[in-house]
Amino acid sequence: MTHTFFLDDQEIPFREGQSVLQAALSAGHYIPHLCWRPQLEPHSSCRLCTVIINGRPFSSCTQPAMKDQKVDCDTPELQALRKAVLQMIFVEGNHYCPSCEESGSCRLQAMAYHLGLQDNRFPQQFPIRERDNSHPDVNMDRDRCIRCETCVRASRDLDGKNVFGIHGRGIKSKLAVNAPSGLLKDTDVSAEDQAVALCPTGCLTVKRVGFKVPIGQRIYDKESISAMALKEFQAEEAAHG
Amino acid sequence: MAEKLKVATCSLAGCFGCHMSLLDIDERFLDLLELVEFDRSPIDDIKHISQPVDLGLIEGGVCNADNVHVLHEFRKMCKILVAVGECGITGGVPSMRNSFTLKQCLEESYICGAGVEFAHVPNDPELPLLLNKVRPLHHIVKIDYFLPGCPPSADAFWHFLTELIAGRDPSLPPALIRYD
Repeated sequence: MTHTFFLDDQEIPFREGQSVLQAALSAGHYIPHLCWRPQLEPHSSCRLCTVIINGRPFSSCTQPAMKDQKVDCDTPELQALRKAVLQMIFVEGNHYCPSCEESGSCRLQAMAYHLGLQDNRFPQQFPIRERDNSHPDVNMDRDRCIRCETCVRASRDLDGKNVFGIHGRGIKSKLAVNAPSGLLKDTDVSAEDQAVALCPTGCLTVKRVGFKVPIGQRIYDKESISAMALKEFQAEEAAHG
Repeated sequence: MAEKLKVATCSLAGCFGCHMSLLDIDERFLDLLELVEFDRSPIDDIKHISQPVDLGLIEGGVCNADNVHVLHEFRKMCKILVAVGECGITGGVPSMRNSFTLKQCLEESYICGAGVEFAHVPNDPELPLLLNKVRPLHHIVKIDYFLPGCPPSADAFWHFLTELIAGRDPSLPPALIRYD
């Protein structure tokens, strides 16, 4: 027997072990999310997927789906909260969209489009962060890092390399690499790694291909992040169940 | 006919790209002139706002002392003040110098840079003093609306201005929100 719960008053079926987010995506309902990826363990750090379950806030990527629970997702309060969280992510880094080679393929930017962000509301922090262009094939621009640990998880769990980690705490935490020199060139990362491919922003990029696809013809220039997320999830489910 | 709305515009630490994009509304500019009249603007070359105006559009962030004065003049004289474009909203490309000290920037440009002759940092008293950091407009004064884009497209300008003039919420529809 299939159990169901209610997402914004719509009945959603789920399988045992699915999170609220997975069940929603399975049923074709989008919940905004940034650090969660279908092929990785949930991280629950971006807080964009926050929903209200039976009156209390939870991140839907880690909260198991349960029978008859009442989940609120698309409410004005939660959308405003998501916007504020995203604005904080923007001002905490140095995100120069006009000069970024990832513009149009960037999940952070696409999420901002999705939520209708027209300003950053908070004071820009202009942090000073080191770039690492030492690797022959991979760029690391920490200005664009949102510390979602997608690369940490992908390198460890998909590439089997364990190249990345987060160093320090709070606002001073930064992306570090697993080499005594602290430089990307002394790790075994390669341009083909999932850690590089899955980076949601332009922090980890492959060298010499940045403008192969012109600005204006990129993934999120053509399709919204919500439509893409549903497609990606369905593809992952078809491949791995 | 109702009285026309008075509009002032200027470019601070910007590239005038946003003004070019405003002009890109093409023949719709004639329709716009039925609704508004321009006070201070690079379009008519008036240097100071002559009277209180309804709407101020500011392109570019704040990088020097003159920018700060102009921004305060706009805030004082404009009922509604709009930060236009990436630089006005976030500091944009000029704020990439914030990763360096002002001294490093000046030395790179005027002392040690490639091809520099007669090396010295320009110090004519006519030149406005540079700020240590480039700031977005909302760091200095209250901004009422933000029109994103680099530049905002002509359609974004048109949507924003016509909705605002009609007294409606000028928020952009998702298709017109672009940061690049």
